Amino acid sequence: MVYRQPSMVIELNLMDITLNNTFTSLENFGHSLRAPAYVFKPTSAEEISEAFQLAKKTGLTVTARGAGRSYNDASLNGGGIVLEMSAMNKIINWDPATGQVRAEPGVTIQQLWQSIEPEGWWPPVVSGTMFTTLGGCLSANVHGKNNFKVGTIGEHVLEFTAILPTGAEVTCSPKKNADLFYAMISGLGMLGVFTSITLQMKRIYSGLLEVDARPSHNLHEHLTDLLDNAPNYDYIVGWLDTTAGGKSLGRGQIHAARYLNENEDPNAKNTLLLKNQSLPSRIFGVFPKSILHYFMSPFVNNLGTWGVNTGKYIASLPRYTFRESHAAFHFLLDYIPNWELSFGRGGLIEYQSFVPKETAEAAWMEMLRLSHKRGLPPYLGVTKRHRPDKFLLTHAVDGFSLAIDFKVTNSNRKKLSAMLQEFDKIVLDAGGRFYFVKNSETSPESATRFLGEETIAKFKKLKKRCDPNGILESDLYRRVFG
Amino acid sequence: MPPQRPLLPFATPLQPRLCGLIIGASSGMGAVLAHLLAREGYTLALIARRADLLNTLCDEINQTNGQTRALPYVHDVSNYDEVPDLLRRIVSDLGGLDTVIFAAGVNYPPDPAKDNFDGDRQMLEVNLIGAFAWLNPIAAMFQSAKRGQIVGISSVAGDRGRVGNPGYNTSKAGLTIYLEALRNRLTRHGVNVLTVKPGFVKTEMLKAAVGPMPFAIPVEKATADIYKAMRARKQQIYTPWFWRWIMFIIRNIPSVIFRRMNF
Repeated sequence: MVYRQPSMVIELNLMDITLNNTFTSLENFGHSLRAPAYVFKPTSAEEISEAFQLAKKTGLTVTARGAGRSYNDASLNGGGIVLEMSAMNKIINWDPATGQVRAEPGVTIQQLWQSIEPEGWWPPVVSGTMFTTLGGCLSANVHGKNNFKVGTIGEHVLEFTAILPTGAEVTCSPKKNADLFYAMISGLGMLGVFTSITLQMKRIYSGLLEVDARPSHNLHEHLTDLLDNAPNYDYIVGWLDTTAGGKSLGRGQIHAARYLNENEDPNAKNTLLLKNQSLPSRIFGVFPKSILHYFMSPFVNNLGTWGVNTGKYIASLPRYTFRESHAAFHFLLDYIPNWELSFGRGGLIEYQSFVPKETAEAAWMEMLRLSHKRGLPPYLGVTKRHRPDKFLLTHAVDGFSLAIDFKVTNSNRKKLSAMLQEFDKIVLDAGGRFYFVKNSETSPESATRFLGEETIAKFKKLKKRCDPNGILESDLYRRVFG
Repeated sequence: MPPQRPLLPFATPLQPRLCGLIIGASSGMGAVLAHLLAREGYTLALIARRADLLNTLCDEINQTNGQTRALPYVHDVSNYDEVPDLLRRIVSDLGGLDTVIFAAGVNYPPDPAKDNFDGDRQMLEVNLIGAFAWLNPIAAMFQSAKRGQIVGISSVAGDRGRVGNPGYNTSKAGLTIYLEALRNRLTRHGVNVLTVKPGFVKTEMLKAAVGPMPFAIPVEKATADIYKAMRARKQQIYTPWFWRWIMFIIRNIPSVIFRRMNF
């Protein structure tokens, strides 16, 4: 993990020794996949360019890696070079008058919101964890719980600069180099490496959101609520009790939130303070959350999650309205540090499908029933409302998404793999799509079916133009587009 | 242009795979280990001098398993200059490296009537210096990655210098000590180094050897022992097991007696 300057490497011809000493074991976020690589930490565009030269010289491929929070192989490049972008983490310019921020790609969402929130601004789109980097967010084109209203993060990018494997530096915006703009955002880092990103932030007038919580007794009620009520809110997200069967199949809870307008929060000055935004590090003030995942693991099995989900559902039955900080509402995944470790040695996988609003209910009913029949119920289910976007490798539809988590064990791999193949068929038949940084088993055939051959051809043509020598390759790229 | 990666099955969380490298795979224990590890789900890079044998072995493995599990790389272990490039290519082709087995070994028993310098030199070049060439960079990589497993096939012949074949004894004694040194250096970094000391195993090498061969075992028995030890992440094994006690005695025979023995 020690950074060594590639230029020195090439000139002194110490390449082999140096490369071997950068060999690092990397994993996906779910700890279910491992791929070692030669890891460098560039600090500037020049050093990224030198890494491209090193790759050319050695015949290796290169992948940029942000925080490594993708659930699959998006930031892995087994046996190749990985550029860890964490050293390029400066906020270059922040203008609280206009809400425009220019930052390096290794800046995390956490860094970003903590820099702007006290001044009354919030990132327009955030992921469910604050540990992702801006470069990673753009490459995946992440969405938030407000996707139906404001689209993906790409729609709030004013401009970015990137370095291509040819060594060329490009500046892209919706007006300038528009084809590259719409392809590099969502492009999984396969066209170039971001060097700076300019984003428009959103004005907020309080550190709090007003949240309505209400139960839904089955999937039909749940999706109807998402569809009908989304326009009345700024954010909407659903939780599904994926372990309940029979008439209660797909029961859950909806959390819908809206920003507070000026003067709605009498203590706005206070609630905007960073100390009122942080997630508590202890439960009941005593129990440290950093070790909580050890105590969770005994419950991460079919029976345990049934108990936990049922308990959570019962607790969610009353309807209520409350005010909650932005950080607490958005970063649900960060409540329990290292929660993914509670899934045991085989780790976990997430399966997220995006299905049009007309066909979603039937498709997901079939999927949930199938998972119960196979004895492989998902342990967690989250729903969101979406709208389509213009990005090349888009995952969004005018409909809903359902993300479900499965525990991977030595004994369930075969069964799970077979079931996910059936899921793929159900989703594709329903006109659905997949999210490349979540699903780990999407086949090239599935990708072609939902993206269309034309889109893939267009992407490959751009790739040929930006990267004629095929230097940028991740395990994900080889698996799906290789 | 980076060379096209060979079509190996892609690793996913639901289809994970371990990546192995076997140096000296065309015959004997290397070949049988290749079959065994492929069956256990490994993806393998196989290195050997003899191209025809190597290609046949890979075809057999890939056909038996119904998918590509083994890739051939023709290389003479004593061509040390080729190692860095070839190693990098292999790691890139496999998409990782978890286990390395150094099974390359030659034995040229001396004719008592002639000087055996050429044979002795070749034994050293392959059995010992070949191990330096391959395992030095691999040790650096594993140390950096803080994981991995190195298996070296040494021999009971390395435990004591004997009358018949000083060159072979020396090469294997050197390999044993080298592996021990690697173990001492790497264990603290989470890397396992296993030294295998087989007794007599019925391989091609044994046919060339001279003298009595007590307790010779089939190759499959030896490789089964090796795989078991690999899974248990052992430090050193004798195969079959009783050689441990035989060698314990032999190692402790005082020189004053040992030098009068014809053994």
